[in-house]
Amino acid sequence: MALNRNVGLKGLRYRGGGPMLAWMLHRLSGLVMVVFVGGHILASFLMQQFGSDLGTTLNIIYESVYVQIIVFFAVLFHAINGGRIVLLDTWPRLLEYQREITWLQWLIFIPLYGLTAFLMVRSALSGG
Amino acid sequence: MTTRSAPRIGFSFEYLMWVFTRISAVALFILAIIGIVSAFYLGARTQTDVGTVLRWTFFPNPNHVVNSDIPDVTVGWANAFWQVMQMLILFFGVTHGMNGLRVVVEDRLGATWARIFWRGLIFLLWLFILIVGVYVILAS
Repeated sequence: MALNRNVGLKGLRYRGGGPMLAWMLHRLSGLVMVVFVGGHILASFLMQQFGSDLGTTLNIIYESVYVQIIVFFAVLFHAINGGRIVLLDTWPRLLEYQREITWLQWLIFIPLYGLTAFLMVRSALSGG
Repeated sequence: MTTRSAPRIGFSFEYLMWVFTRISAVALFILAIIGIVSAFYLGARTQTDVGTVLRWTFFPNPNHVVNSDIPDVTVGWANAFWQVMQMLILFFGVTHGMNGLRVVVEDRLGATWARIFWRGLIFLLWLFILIVGVYVILAS
């Protein structure tokens, strides 16, 4: 493995297309979830054991619709993209169709996420 | 950065974690499906919003949400079965995530002292979050 690779932002010019976008979003959504889940567990612990204001504040932030929409994006994208990776690793013959499968993945993701985000925004706007 | 190639098959840390990532992903799929079906069965159809369904899907803990506004949230959720389910989700989720964090960090590091340092740090973080999480589950 070439480990001397501090490419920085130059990597953005690499034209990897759909699969590269999926790879980037997979990492990004994974990090979002690590931060969210880690912080949420700690905040819940502080709230539950010490009744801490910091924990309560953090959990109230986590419950806001803005955070939920981002976290749901991360969860759903990571799940669907991860499912694709598991499938392709289990049956490597499918790698031939990797671009098509990546399109199919967006075809599943967009309606599911769109509907959920719509419901979230609607109930947030109606104050529910 | 480049993507990692799949590690060579054998009894090595990288390969075991590569396999674990796949297995825990499938396990989380199964646990999430059980969670979401149960959430709808136990009242989420009529009583709650999308965010709460998401919470119940992945962590059906009756005590960890400030204001779910659900009457009788403990009915059906507060028992040993769901405590075991929560611990499974906690273990698979946190381990999968911390390993992912390790992969992301190590893609930016060479085989230097920094890698050893980060590995130790992430290991301690993993252990800490796991213990705190189990504490929250058992105490709620």
